[in-house]
Amino acid sequence: MSHLDARFRLDYPGFRFDVTCTFPLEGTVAVFGMSGSGKTTLLRCIAGLPPVASGFLAFGREIWQDNARKIFVSIERRRVGVVFQEARLFPHLNVERNLTYGMKRTPPSQRRITFDQVSELLGLTAFLQRRIHQLSGGEQRRVAIGRALLTSPQLLLMDEPLVSLDHEHKKEIFPFIRRLNQELGIPVVYVTHDLNEIIQLAWHVVLMKRGSVVATGPIQEIFARPDLSELAESNILGAVIETRIAGHEPQFGLTRVDFLGQSLFIPQESLPVGASLRIQIPACDISLTMDPLSASSSVLNVLEATIVDIGPSSGNGYAVAVKLDAGCPLLAMITRKSLQRLKLKIGQKVHAHFKAVALSA
Amino acid sequence: MNLPAMDWASLWLTMQLAGVTVAVLLVVGTPVAWWLSCTTSRVRTLVEALVALPIVLPPTVLGFYLLVALGPHGPIGGPWKELTGSALSFTFTGLVIASTFYSLPFVVQPLQGAFDAVGTKPMEVARSLRASKLDAFFTVVSPMALRGYVSALVLGFAHTLGEFGVVLMVGGNIPGVTRVLSIAIYDHVEGLEYTQAHLLSATLLIVSFLMLTIVYTVNRRLPVNVS
Repeated sequence: MSHLDARFRLDYPGFRFDVTCTFPLEGTVAVFGMSGSGKTTLLRCIAGLPPVASGFLAFGREIWQDNARKIFVSIERRRVGVVFQEARLFPHLNVERNLTYGMKRTPPSQRRITFDQVSELLGLTAFLQRRIHQLSGGEQRRVAIGRALLTSPQLLLMDEPLVSLDHEHKKEIFPFIRRLNQELGIPVVYVTHDLNEIIQLAWHVVLMKRGSVVATGPIQEIFARPDLSELAESNILGAVIETRIAGHEPQFGLTRVDFLGQSLFIPQESLPVGASLRIQIPACDISLTMDPLSASSSVLNVLEATIVDIGPSSGNGYAVAVKLDAGCPLLAMITRKSLQRLKLKIGQKVHAHFKAVALSA
Repeated sequence: MNLPAMDWASLWLTMQLAGVTVAVLLVVGTPVAWWLSCTTSRVRTLVEALVALPIVLPPTVLGFYLLVALGPHGPIGGPWKELTGSALSFTFTGLVIASTFYSLPFVVQPLQGAFDAVGTKPMEVARSLRASKLDAFFTVVSPMALRGYVSALVLGFAHTLGEFGVVLMVGGNIPGVTRVLSIAIYDHVEGLEYTQAHLLSATLLIVSFLMLTIVYTVNRRLPVNVS
C-alpha cells in the first residue's frame, strides 16, 4: 500500500499552517475540521495550487514537492483531479465539452476511464448537449466530478464538493463517490466539515485544528478516541460501525440492521435489504450494565462488549470515557459516579445499551 | 456619396489606420492586460498609470513626444532609419506606432476588466485538467473574456478613427499617406467647404455611433455569462 506523505509550513500574519501527515492512498480520506482549520489549504498544497507552502510532499514513490532539493511538480504534471467547492464549470462550453476538456489533454496511454463509463456512472448521459446554466446544482457538481475523473487521475481531491447541496442531492452523490473507490480504484481526499459526509464516505480521517493535523487514522478508531477534545466538544464522539440492512419494520418506523451477527434497530431507512450502511453510536448515548437487557426495558439495542480502557475524564469532570471492544471499537461516556458504583475494570465484560433513535445515519 | 476622390482616400486611409492599429493593439495589449490582471508586483500601478496616460494627456503633448521619438534622430526613428533608410515621422508606419500609443488604454482597460471578472479560478480548473498556462489562456480565459475583446476591438477602432492632434503632429497632412478623416474635416472647415465638412463629420458620427451600439448590443447578448 502506497502512502501520501506531506509536511507543509506556511506563515500568515496571526496564523501558522504547519502540517505533518501520512495516510494510505486507498479509499476516501476525509480531511475534517472546523472552518478556518486549514483543510482547504492542505488540499491546495497537495494539488500544487497557490498558496505554495514550503515543505515536502510524496505521492507513493513520486516526489511532488521538496524544497530542500528545489523540486516542485506543477499541477498539470501531478495527474490529480480537483473538484472545487463551487462546480466551476466552463460557461462557454456545453456539458459534453466540459467533460472532455481534460480527457483530450490526457495522453491516450494514460486514460483508464472512458467517457461512457463516467457519463453512465454519474448519470450524465441525458444532458450532454445542455448548456451549463440549464443544469441544477446537483447536476453541475456531477459534471465537475466527471470532468476531473476523465483525466484518469491518480488521486482525486475534493474540497467540500457537496456544500450548499440539499440532503436529497447529497444522498444522490454519495454512491458515486463510493463507486470511485470501489470500481475505479481512485483514492479520494475529501475535505469536509460535515460529520454525516464523513460517516458515509471516509475510510480514513485526517483531523485538523488551527492549521495543524491533530490526529489521523481509520474512521472506526478516530471517532472512538476520547482524547480528541475537538470531537468531544462538538459532541460528535462515538464509534462508527459497518452494518447491513436486514429488514424493515414500517409499522414501527424502524429498520433492522445486522452488525457482527447481532441485530440493531435504527429509524427507518430507504435503502434496500442487503445494502450496507454505516452508523454512528454517539458515546454519550450509551449506557452500560452488568446484566443483559431486561425485557421490561425500553432500550432496543444491546451489544456485548469488553472494557479495553477507562478515562480520561471530560472537560467538566463528571463524565469519563470507557473504551469497549464489541468486535469493533465502541466508546461510551458515563458518569464517574456510575463508574465507581459498577466497579468497572479493564477486561470486564459489560452490556452496552443504546436507543434506536440514538443512531445517526 | 458625393465625395471628392481626395476625401475617399482620407476615409480609406483612416479605416486602414484604425484596422492595423487595433490588430497591433490586440497582440500587444492582451499580454499587458493579462499581466496587469494577474500580477501582485508593485510596478503594476506604475504600468497602469502609464497605460492610462493618453486618456488625460493633451494629444498635442503625446504627439510632440512621439514626433521627437519617431524623428530621424529620435530613439525609435533613429535606429529605424539605420535599418530601413527612411524616417518614421510623416509616414503611415509612424502613424500606426503613434496611434498604438494613443489608443492603448482603450484596448488594455476593457481587456483587463474582463480578465479581472474571469478571475484566477477558471485558470486553476483548466490547469488541474492538464492544460498548460498558454493552452488554458486561449481555451478558457479568452473565450470567457470575449466581451472584453469585443469592447477592446470596437473602442480601439473607434478611438483611432477620431484621432486628430497626435496625427497632425506625427503625420502631418499628406494626402493618401497621412491625411486622415479628422484632418480632412479640419481642412474643409478652414477652406469654408462646409458641405464636405458636413458629409465627412456625419460619416464619422454615424460610424462611431453604430460601433458603440454594436458594443453594447453584443455585450448584452453574448452567450458567455461570467459571474
